[in-house]
Amino acid sequence: MMAVGILATLIVGSIPTFKEFGFGFIFSSDWNPTEGRESYGALPFIIGTIATSILALAFTFPFAFSIALFLGEYYKKGRMSSILKSMIDLLAGIPSVVYGLWGFYTIKPIIVELGLNAQGFGIFTSAFVLAIMIIPYASSISAEVINMVPSNLKEAAYSLGATRFEVVKNVIIPNAGSGIFAGFILAFGRAIGETMAVTMLIGNSNKIPTNLFDLGNTMASLIANQFGEAEGLKYTSLVAMGLLLFVITGILNLIGKMVMRKFTA
Amino acid sequence: MNITNPISSQKLKWRIFNDKLFSIVMITFAFISAIPLLSILYQLVKKGYKQIRLSFFTEVAPDTMEAIMAKANHEIIPGGIANGIVGTIIIVGMASLIAIPLGLITGIYLSEASKGKMTNMVRFVVDMLQGIPSIVLGVIAYIWIVKPVTSGFSALAGSVALSIMMLPSIVRSTEETLKMIPSTLKEAALSLGVPYYKTVLKVLLPTGMSGISTGIILGISRIAGETAPLMLTALGSSAINLDITQPSSAIPLLVWEFYNDPNLIDLIWGASLVLLLIIFLLNLLAKAISKKWKVQY
Amino acid sequence: MESTVLNKTDDRIIQIESPILNIDNLSVSYGGDKYSIMNVSAGIQKNKITAIMGPSGCGKSTLLRAINRMHELYPETHHKGGITLGGEDIYKINPIELRRKIGMVFQRPNPFPTMSIYDNVIAAYKLNGIKLKRSEKDEIVERSLQEVGLWDETKDALHKRGTFLSGGQQQRLCIARALAYKPEIILLDEPTSALDPIATAKIEDLLVKLKKNYTIILVTHNMGQAARISDHSMFMYIGELVEYGKTKKMFTTPKDERTEAYLTGKFG
Repeated sequence: MMAVGILATLIVGSIPTFKEFGFGFIFSSDWNPTEGRESYGALPFIIGTIATSILALAFTFPFAFSIALFLGEYYKKGRMSSILKSMIDLLAGIPSVVYGLWGFYTIKPIIVELGLNAQGFGIFTSAFVLAIMIIPYASSISAEVINMVPSNLKEAAYSLGATRFEVVKNVIIPNAGSGIFAGFILAFGRAIGETMAVTMLIGNSNKIPTNLFDLGNTMASLIANQFGEAEGLKYTSLVAMGLLLFVITGILNLIGKMVMRKFTA
Repeated sequence: MNITNPISSQKLKWRIFNDKLFSIVMITFAFISAIPLLSILYQLVKKGYKQIRLSFFTEVAPDTMEAIMAKANHEIIPGGIANGIVGTIIIVGMASLIAIPLGLITGIYLSEASKGKMTNMVRFVVDMLQGIPSIVLGVIAYIWIVKPVTSGFSALAGSVALSIMMLPSIVRSTEETLKMIPSTLKEAALSLGVPYYKTVLKVLLPTGMSGISTGIILGISRIAGETAPLMLTALGSSAINLDITQPSSAIPLLVWEFYNDPNLIDLIWGASLVLLLIIFLLNLLAKAISKKWKVQY
Repeated sequence: MESTVLNKTDDRIIQIESPILNIDNLSVSYGGDKYSIMNVSAGIQKNKITAIMGPSGCGKSTLLRAINRMHELYPETHHKGGITLGGEDIYKINPIELRRKIGMVFQRPNPFPTMSIYDNVIAAYKLNGIKLKRSEKDEIVERSLQEVGLWDETKDALHKRGTFLSGGQQQRLCIARALAYKPEIILLDEPTSALDPIATAKIEDLLVKLKKNYTIILVTHNMGQAARISDHSMFMYIGELVEYGKTKKMFTTPKDERTEAYLTGKFG
């Protein structure tokens, strides 16, 4: 009931925008609130969102995958694994706004120092902080899946003289691959919907970013920034943006859950 | 039959080397993730502990003028985050009041009727809810509550947004806990002539209490730090506000406000530290409950 | 219970002339001071089937796993005593190398579900990173499947996944997988306990044929199976090797009363 209500609300709320701009709303790159020449297009924000999230996923992969292997295969029990587990719980517990502060006061100066970007804001900075935020999501699901690989298959490989690395490569990854994939899809969905940290770090520029260090904006952070003062077409366009966000994360989530369910069945 | 020749023994060394190298790289990568965590904690504690005095919890946030004055005199900025603390308690408390009964009922339903079209639908919806970005829930609560009900930003709208957010975690933990309870327990109660609803209320729920309350507390800790949906709903307020139809502050909202006001920046760290401590304490509480009260079947 | 240390002069333990594998006073623990097997000494004769019997929990699987060091997959294990293979101390050989000389077949058929039948047979080569020419691979696959009598049944489906095969076929595929690398010894851990009688009979016939080229050590819960196919039998009880001898002799005139009690069905 509730989800239907949410979907209906968003659709109804965004009707005026789609009436005015049609599907051009999704493909137009113009975001202009000047009265009389109002024009709203979501493209820069869709691109900004996807660029940040994919980059974040790429950053997070080696870390989350290592943690998953550590907890799911190499050290299932013991001191080390419980330390790592509480570390991940802590990372998951830190509020988004605190990540934003850390990004602003710690990461941004480093980016400037390295000369990657003059102001330190932008896609790259946001993606870096996002990557750390989604480590817990990507790693905990993957660890669970890796842990579920039947031990008799691993034993079979060991009995043929495989090293542990070869068991990981040839038995664990092929058997747990789809589940690990699902874990990263769900983490990707998280990254797409993440708002505060990105708002504080991406630079909030309404143009299509041209490179990874460029300023940009994401759908979530645009809503956060402009919703408060919005009226009329701008308001409905922001609701439409919410609808897009809802649909994209919904689809990602469904794919992830479906793969997971297939895996556990 | 003998297959050990010099080439393969060299190869063996290479493989063993690879194996070792891989474990070392993996362990290194796994623990590199600790660096940002430590860096965040260090920053918060180092910059935040100075502000944490009794008045930090009893006074409301200062305005810009007060801060400028204090800074000019090289004093610690006066005031605290009392308005945020009260706001967070009200908003999160109301969100729990909405989400807990709803989540319990849905969870019980899912565990009792574990198959069928309707159940799959409900499960699907819960999955969907879990994936909705919090900012979208802010938009929803704005459309549902801010505009028609309270005609203006309000604590209530914030609670509605957060309650939708914590719902999936309550449903899931209720369902999973109840499913773990052996069916013999339910059958034993039913065979004593206890009516069905009483069996659920008096036997199943108490038995699953620890699992369910763990889920609830984790749900609360998940929403306590949320900022984005509150920006569109509760907005923020410089005074302590007990009226739920009026705008209200919350700790994460205060962090955001301090961040945007260069004169108040020093207060960010104290407020963040308090927020983080609350969340960590809730997590610890959840862990303690699930350990202590574990019912043996 | 008093544990009797059996030495090699004990008449309940058969002496094997020039054994391929020699177990010398071996004790294995999965952690702490509790040993799952204690002071086991026995020689294994080449090209024979040696059966290890005993009630569950007697340590027969532990003994088998110690032979190719699979017990070390549990981090807390430790052992005393030793095993030699062709005179070489196996605890000095790298386990990876050891395991290709001593293959293993498990209780439940466990073909790799992500690999085809073909890839399952050559899995040892694949896992060990050995590059083979297509023709060599084909030859190994055909030879190994012929050896286990699976070639005719599967030659048209080699590139399908192994999981569609029946339980018995899967188990023979697993034996083929263990044979492909030409091990000297094959360890089988209750290989037929998950199979029906017809499939069991096929595997038993296969093992008798295979002993011409391989040395086989078989853990079994099934006394009939040991009697039917093994040349030598061990009887273990609570971690101890109670009796080891020629199968026929042991089944007709057991020397230890515990063996007799087990064989006559008093426990187990």
